[in-house]
Amino acid sequence: MSAERGLRMSMVEAGTALAFALAGMAAIGDSLRLGTGWGDDGPKSGTFPFWIGLILVAASAGTLAQAVRARSGSGLFASWEQLRLVASVLVPTALYVAAIPFTGIYLASAALVAWFMHRLGGFGWARSAAAGLAVAVTCFLVFEIWFLVQLPKGPLETSLGY
Amino acid sequence: MEELGLLMQGFAVVMEPQNLLLMLVGIALGVLIGVLPGLGGANGIAILLPLTFAMPPVSAIIMLSCIYWGALFGGAITSILFNIPGEPWSVATTFDGYPMAQQGKAAEALTAAFTSSFVGAFVAIVMITFIAPVIAGFALRFGPPEFFAVMFLSFASFIGMSKGPALKTVCAMMLGFLLAAVGMDTVTGQLRMTFGSTEMIRGFDFLVAVIGLFGISEILCSIEDGLRFKGERAKIDAKVVLKVWATLPRHWWLALRSSLIGCWMGITPAGATPASFMSYGVARRMSKNGASFGKGRIEGVIAPETAAHAAGTSALLPMLTLGVPGSPTAAVLLGGLIMWGLQPGPMLFVEQKDFVWGLIASMYLGNVVGLIVVLVAVPWFAAILRVPFSIIAAIILVVCAIGAFTVSNAEFDITLMLLFGIIGYVLKKLDYPLAPLVLALVLGDRAEEAFRQSLLISQGSLGVFFSNWLVSGIMAMGFALLLWPAITWVLGRLPGRRIRGPATA
Repeated sequence: MSAERGLRMSMVEAGTALAFALAGMAAIGDSLRLGTGWGDDGPKSGTFPFWIGLILVAASAGTLAQAVRARSGSGLFASWEQLRLVASVLVPTALYVAAIPFTGIYLASAALVAWFMHRLGGFGWARSAAAGLAVAVTCFLVFEIWFLVQLPKGPLETSLGY
Repeated sequence: MEELGLLMQGFAVVMEPQNLLLMLVGIALGVLIGVLPGLGGANGIAILLPLTFAMPPVSAIIMLSCIYWGALFGGAITSILFNIPGEPWSVATTFDGYPMAQQGKAAEALTAAFTSSFVGAFVAIVMITFIAPVIAGFALRFGPPEFFAVMFLSFASFIGMSKGPALKTVCAMMLGFLLAAVGMDTVTGQLRMTFGSTEMIRGFDFLVAVIGLFGISEILCSIEDGLRFKGERAKIDAKVVLKVWATLPRHWWLALRSSLIGCWMGITPAGATPASFMSYGVARRMSKNGASFGKGRIEGVIAPETAAHAAGTSALLPMLTLGVPGSPTAAVLLGGLIMWGLQPGPMLFVEQKDFVWGLIASMYLGNVVGLIVVLVAVPWFAAILRVPFSIIAAIILVVCAIGAFTVSNAEFDITLMLLFGIIGYVLKKLDYPLAPLVLALVLGDRAEEAFRQSLLISQGSLGVFFSNWLVSGIMAMGFALLLWPAITWVLGRLPGRRIRGPATA
């Protein structure tokens, strides 16, 4: 149908339904370990999750069947170009989240803002870095000084005495 | 008229200078949140909730609920000027609002939108003022089976009323219940579904889930189109406002009908988004020249905006009286109540009169303040969207990360937020509804508790849910709603067979 190439809707639809089913099965498995019947002091811990898991498995099986039968998923979930754009946001964000335990949130945030402005916005490095720094300093003033909320800090803040 | 006296006391609470200031701050922040993509009422409040721990609960709820009103107002700005619905419930506003802006009637469209938002909210608040105490009084007689039945009813209505595939609603909802069950079981002390991970013992905090599901996923969805904001300019002056206001009384019946649709859809947890669509659809069908809808008719702005605000406001009614929220944002506010140490449910009206009536009074005042703020400050809020998306997106990501962290000072929560963001992106694109997931996550523990307590009463017999006329009635309504898609499916299939039969023969 569409000239654009990309990830097919039917594949994502099926994959998601399977993931839901797996989550349901995991819940059922864990609930069986805990017991699903009537204990000495009422329903055992696994009772409620067991039934929820069972409904989830049934509903996702139904979704999967509908997806396969209806063939409505012949379109695209997203084109490769769209996925590239999503990755251009998602990958730096994932790195940002991974860096926070080591650098603290302020330095990582400054880097994230600067990177976004430079790579996605086409700003020069100097302006991007300045904006990143401004965001980090503003956050620091608002949270650490004004609201007295402790955010994750790294070696840089420690060396500055915070 | 006991309510009026209590309401006056509420106004006295709201009129304290500190609370008035918080109200203004809340409205301004709310409009900002409503305008920005990736920040909405639900996750905006989720991010700010941890900052309110130190405040008195009344002040905190006033500020947070005003953020909600502000976000409801703000959604209209981007819909009309930029053709981008800032919030899901303002999608229907773009149909006629953006064409009006293109024809140079942006100021008229905005004035009509804000004013009808105000009218919708006002009708809903009046309803809350007089109906909430009645429902709360009634609910005081509820035991665990009745509470479970009410929750069952509201989840069943999600499945029955959902526009999308019912099975997907069930999937999203059950996932929410499972996520709620992860961690320590408070009744037996056993660990559930932690699979040996120490991070999972705390369980999943729904605030983190909300920030990821609604915030991060929204950024991912917007970037797909390589977002460039292109908008119409607007400046509202007093002359336009007065001119539009002079024409509005003509649409009183439309406004009243839309308000009622909104109130109804808000109380049953269908929410503001379907309410706005339904109201728009009804307005088009009832209009003498329905074909001209979508080309810039003022009725096409009034109808969805009135209904969205009425629904968004009345979603607080079941949250306050029964502890069962009617929308994701109401769910976040409910989470706030629990954090401030208040027990949601009918006892609020008995034990926390100041809190309840302060909140209700702040709804009246907050919407008046909100109307004035948006009318005056539209150009400034619209200017925010002219800041390049690369800067806005990065700042929103940072704010979301900080918000996720502050929920319980855990770095692991930031990772969870990102995961929820990816899950939300996929689910949104596949047409899985996110609201039932969030509501199930919020109510999961309490639904399970009510379920277990009911079974304890009856020594394990499910008959307890049909033991008297009250609980049986609620359960029966729930089952009727639950089976509604199946009923319509069967009804729709019967004649379909008959028509197709001869063709294949």
